[in-house]
Amino acid sequence: MSEHETVHEAHAHAHPTAKKYIGIAIILTIITVIEVAIFYIPAMHPVLPPVLLSLSALKFALVAMFYMHLKFDHRLFSWVFVVPMCFATAIILALLTLFSLSHRS
Amino acid sequence: MSDAAVATMGAVPAAHDDHHYTSTGQSSRKIVFWTFIGSECMFFGSLIATYLIYKGKSLEGPMPHEILNIPLTSFSAFDLLMSSLTMVLALAGIQRAKMGQARLWLAVTATLGMVFVGLQAYEFTHFVHEGLFLQKNLFACTFYVLTGFHGTHVTVGVIWLWTLFIGTFTGRIGPKNDLDVEICGLYWHFVDVVWIAIFTLIYLLQ
Repeated sequence: MSEHETVHEAHAHAHPTAKKYIGIAIILTIITVIEVAIFYIPAMHPVLPPVLLSLSALKFALVAMFYMHLKFDHRLFSWVFVVPMCFATAIILALLTLFSLSHRS
Repeated sequence: MSDAAVATMGAVPAAHDDHHYTSTGQSSRKIVFWTFIGSECMFFGSLIATYLIYKGKSLEGPMPHEILNIPLTSFSAFDLLMSSLTMVLALAGIQRAKMGQARLWLAVTATLGMVFVGLQAYEFTHFVHEGLFLQKNLFACTFYVLTGFHGTHVTVGVIWLWTLFIGTFTGRIGPKNDLDVEICGLYWHFVDVVWIAIFTLIYLLQ
């Protein structure tokens, strides 16, 4: 096996196996089913926002870590992704606060 | 294998002669693409913020709870999640030089993307028939702009995937340039995570 193939094989094996990818997909499907089920249960409506936001954050993290390989790749990529994510969240929260204050006044 | 060991392996640049590497040892194309994804986070963050600010402030209907179809959109969400699975399987196929497997999963991913776009086209058409035009109210305006931009991203991804699929036959795409597939995969997964946020914030938290 050439040096190219060895390095290439090592790079490929740094990522999870097909079995693990399918396992993640099953977890994502189960979470989606739970989300939709909770939506249809009237008793869950008072706690709907925190529960649904937590479940979607979990799905988001699973896709980013395993399918986008952030868990296995260089940390630089995580920073390049997470910092703008924090900015985006800050923008959303700041605008919501600003507009809710202006509507009250 | 420990995370540290895996991280070290991930830092090893694949021996691609035509790829450029930065001083970090990482492909410059991959860093640029991650930066683009970062900018897309802020783009969609602004659209989501606009939707949430005007939520419940429409003066006339149809309102979200009267018109949004949760079973249909749940299927769309499932469809896009499965396309993320098939995308990583396509990448694994390319990296392990299993071209048949890579072609199959690329085609399945593109087809699932087309199903998503088709369902969105059906949803929009249905909404227009129900009287929800773009300029009807604040909900319609912010909803169509946000989901429309997302649908456009999915359409671009589908075209990109079919281009890669054809490239596997012409020899342009193969194990030596798996980075092309990996970058397309990053874009596709990003489109998926944006839908995870949209599905929760717009459809489920009405």
